[in-house]
Amino acid sequence: MRENIGSLYERLMTDIHMQEGLNACINCGTCTAICPAAMFYKYDPREIAIIVSSRDDKKIEELLKSDTIWACGECMSCKTRCPRGNAPGLIIIALRTLSEETGFFAESEKGRQLLAIKRMIGHSILDTGYCVWFDHLDLELFPEQGPNWQWIRNNNSSVLDKVGANYRKNSAGALRTIPKEDLDELKKIFEVTGGLKRYDIIEEYSRKKAAEMGLQFDDTNECEYFQHVFAYNSNNLENE
Amino acid sequence: MKVEGKRHIWKEYQKDIADDKYWYARSCIRQNFFPGSETAFLRILRNELGKDIFDSQCHTSCTGIGYHCDIVPFETTMTVVARQFSLMSEKGYKNYAASCITSFGLYTEILETWESHPHLLEKTRDNLYKSTGRTFEIPEDLAHTSDIIFKFRKEIFEKRKHSLINIQTGKPLRGVEHIGCHYAKMFPHKGVGGAEYPQVLAGMIEDWGGEVVDYPERRHCCGFGFRQYVVKANRGYSVANSHKKFESMEPFKPDFILTNCPGCPMFLDRWQYFIAETEGKTYGENGLGIPVLTYEELAGIVLGYDPWELGLQMHQVSIEPLLDKLGYEYDKSGKYKALDGTNLGKPENPTNLKITC
Repeated sequence: MRENIGSLYERLMTDIHMQEGLNACINCGTCTAICPAAMFYKYDPREIAIIVSSRDDKKIEELLKSDTIWACGECMSCKTRCPRGNAPGLIIIALRTLSEETGFFAESEKGRQLLAIKRMIGHSILDTGYCVWFDHLDLELFPEQGPNWQWIRNNNSSVLDKVGANYRKNSAGALRTIPKEDLDELKKIFEVTGGLKRYDIIEEYSRKKAAEMGLQFDDTNECEYFQHVFAYNSNNLENE
Repeated sequence: MKVEGKRHIWKEYQKDIADDKYWYARSCIRQNFFPGSETAFLRILRNELGKDIFDSQCHTSCTGIGYHCDIVPFETTMTVVARQFSLMSEKGYKNYAASCITSFGLYTEILETWESHPHLLEKTRDNLYKSTGRTFEIPEDLAHTSDIIFKFRKEIFEKRKHSLINIQTGKPLRGVEHIGCHYAKMFPHKGVGGAEYPQVLAGMIEDWGGEVVDYPERRHCCGFGFRQYVVKANRGYSVANSHKKFESMEPFKPDFILTNCPGCPMFLDRWQYFIAETEGKTYGENGLGIPVLTYEELAGIVLGYDPWELGLQMHQVSIEPLLDKLGYEYDKSGKYKALDGTNLGKPENPTNLKITC
């Protein structure tokens, strides 16, 4: 048994993703060879597996505070190819969860982006019942959507009716309004299962970090901190 | 390898797919970007194949994008998925048809988790009951909607108006297929052909008269990467991965790209526009892009549906060159018109990417 087995490792191992994702890794590097993130970022899933396997809490804490764990795209290509059936993508899910629970996510540029994701995807889920919602997808946030998307947005009901969608209507169909009682059930599930608590943790640590960084923070997406984490890229993680 | 040997291997990658009475779970991304594909799916199932499929108003996002963006805990996601199953159970259906690949992968992951860790199934039942008073049954069958179109591909072809043949040359149209990562990379035995011999899209192209073109980065991710696209600062990852695929397929001059994931067709369509505008590079003929299709759009084309009811005008890359190769008869002027014929005006033209209209 290594001397520095610590609480972070133990907490990590309580996550089902760790139990499914890391067993007897042989450090062959197949995951790194197949990984789309490793092609474009300074990111090595093999190294992630080695660090976690070391059970060294100091190294794990460094990982939880780093940009590295946020490079993975969770495509799970690693799962297919690993000769042991492991999945660094699952290890990453466990590391990110622990980074959020401990607040360490706010220590890295890529980790801080969680606030933007929580306010975009997270709010959309609870407010509309959809991960993404047509009205929110403007060209300011998503300029690569291009002029055709702008035309669709300008003519929303006409275009969506033509393709058989049910935009904002109160019956089944694409882009329907999801009834309030269903959204209420969804919110209650988030409340009972820790989803709302996760949202609150992201807000809490982000607010503290914003103060530390001297960036204005409020509950809108126009605040300085949101705009900063959504668009700022130091290129530190990118391969040369 | 001898053909018999290949057939023997192929047998290991077959998948049972229910043949009727589906409960339909829509995709968040597809409802926004490709709603016509979901309309076409229901039209094909009900009108062409005579199947029973229930379209619920009450289901919500499975939270899969939130889960893979790491803002929604697994326990929450499992319970939301259990609620979807509850909605299905209360309507008397047992065959779950997921329109989304992220959802399909997530449902598969959750069902596998419950099987190997039964206490999590019990915990989820408790959570669902405590939060909504609901109970649920586990589906007897879980299929992605591309599995269902694959299953009935021959029946669809029997009703065809078009085969995937270039009427100018008489040769099969050449398609590259791109399968969403979460379809079979995590649980290969849950996909038609698994992750090694994926046949779900290739089978449609081949059985509808086209030719599947292999290319080196065929299995590479489109680059969605969840947080890697949602956050503007990370989108270099997303476009770099799509770019890798375009560069890899370009020498093979495909007539179209066929996809089965919600995000992939949108990224492979929009990133062609972005690369054209920023780098001046286009991947189709004469400054055009390579048309990107969903499998319902391709099925709808085979069946001769109105392209604008399929939603092909919602693509940034023009689709008309592909229709013209097929000798498709359609109203070109209908592209930018509403149902009642009102002219909606035209979108602004990109600077570099050529548009046909």
